[in-house]
Amino acid sequence: MIAVLDLGIGNLSSVRSGFARVGEDTVVVDKGEVYTALAAERKDLTGILLPGVGAFGDAMFQLRVSGLLGVVRQAIREGRPLLGICLGMQLLFSISEEHGSNVGLGVFPGRVVRFPNSVKVPHMGWNDLTVVKDHPLLRGVRRGDYVYFVHSYYAVPQEPEHLLAAAQYGNTQVPAVMAKGSTFGVQFHPEKSGSVGGLILANFVEICRAWYAAHGEEGRPDAGGGISLVSRD
Amino acid sequence: MLTKRIIPCFDVLDGRVVKHVGFLENRRDAGDPIELAEEYSREGADELVLLDISASEEGRLATHRVVSEVANRINIPLTVGGGVSTVDDVRALLLAGADKVSMNTGAVRNPQLIKEAAHRFGEQCVVVAIDANLNQHMGKYEVMIQGGKVGTGMDVITWAKRVAELGAGEILLTSFRQDGTRNGYDLILTRLVSEAVNVPVIASGGAGKKEHFWQVLTDGKADAALAASVFHFAETSIGQVKSYLRQKGVPVRWSAVNAG
Repeated sequence: MIAVLDLGIGNLSSVRSGFARVGEDTVVVDKGEVYTALAAERKDLTGILLPGVGAFGDAMFQLRVSGLLGVVRQAIREGRPLLGICLGMQLLFSISEEHGSNVGLGVFPGRVVRFPNSVKVPHMGWNDLTVVKDHPLLRGVRRGDYVYFVHSYYAVPQEPEHLLAAAQYGNTQVPAVMAKGSTFGVQFHPEKSGSVGGLILANFVEICRAWYAAHGEEGRPDAGGGISLVSRD
Repeated sequence: MLTKRIIPCFDVLDGRVVKHVGFLENRRDAGDPIELAEEYSREGADELVLLDISASEEGRLATHRVVSEVANRINIPLTVGGGVSTVDDVRALLLAGADKVSMNTGAVRNPQLIKEAAHRFGEQCVVVAIDANLNQHMGKYEVMIQGGKVGTGMDVITWAKRVAELGAGEILLTSFRQDGTRNGYDLILTRLVSEAVNVPVIASGGAGKKEHFWQVLTDGKADAALAASVFHFAETSIGQVKSYLRQKGVPVRWSAVNAG
């Protein structure tokens, strides 16, 4: 089961449907303490999904006030698989220039900047991927496969070894898939990217299961006690 | 490279898809929206647009249920429009499962709606639909509202720039003159708007054959082409259109489905 973090901004039903289509359950978690209780209760909680719709600063603020920032930081520390989608991927970078300057989670050193005016903004639609590094997250994905993007800001990674796949938009190379250990980010929306997107979600689920089989028990935090989980259907 | 998008659109009345037969008011039931959405998705549609034309509250609720079901079944983006006039309308459609919400008359009457919706939910989900008609007296394209029935006196280019500034993430531009004719898109209008703004423009109105898609995506400089009746009446299919565009060197999303 994947914990989908609710930052109170976007609709999470499409990403949940995406996981349902590849046979994985999800649970929506909107507070740090809810996650702690859930992780103590459920043995099958494997990975974390950090979705992202809205603005960078608002999302970081929500992570802080909801207590989910601690959940994300702990996951990164213990190596629990975490996937950031769209803004969720950008949050994993050091800093963003969206509406001023906001500090991110710093997993991937680099900045998030706005597209130049020489291209239409947002970068919206289906763009082909160039896979630059083989990785289990991209198993079955071929060069030239299309995925659906919609974003006005893009990341500029400082360390190229974290880049798994890129997309070319105008003169800009958009980092499309990032990985560092078990922390992943995708700039596009796999849940809206047809069968290719489904493949990537399925691969993430496999990575989560494999990680849990190897580390799950020791990685579980202590019970928080008595807090029921939040679910939206 | 970013590809050009082919977007089928269908009207939903009280939870059912209706097809226009001939012009304007003649409609007939065309069946189950979920089946149609899945069919288009399988054929290679890049997105879907669903327009709610229900007049009653019950009709709208029925459409919301349709939006939820369609959104859960398809894995491509879904835009929903029709009668959106408040931020709560936008929120309700997003919660029902729409990825983007299209606003038209509501945005003309209250342009702040665009700004508020973009601020609350992000620019990426705000589509402003503009119905344009060539007004001979003005010597310009005029913005029409209420399904093209009422002129506003506003110049389309001025309005398009304004909505982009207010935070629209995309413009859905319909040529009222061409709509329903199947004589081809209004290339001049589409190019004027596409060159005037820095957000993507979806051309709509007039598609009758595969060549029309090619024209509007090249000469018309549209980022996407929307069509309804040409696909409903199976005059051409999404696969045929994409195959043709690909031959012509227009970048389109191509999958095994299209090849088969």
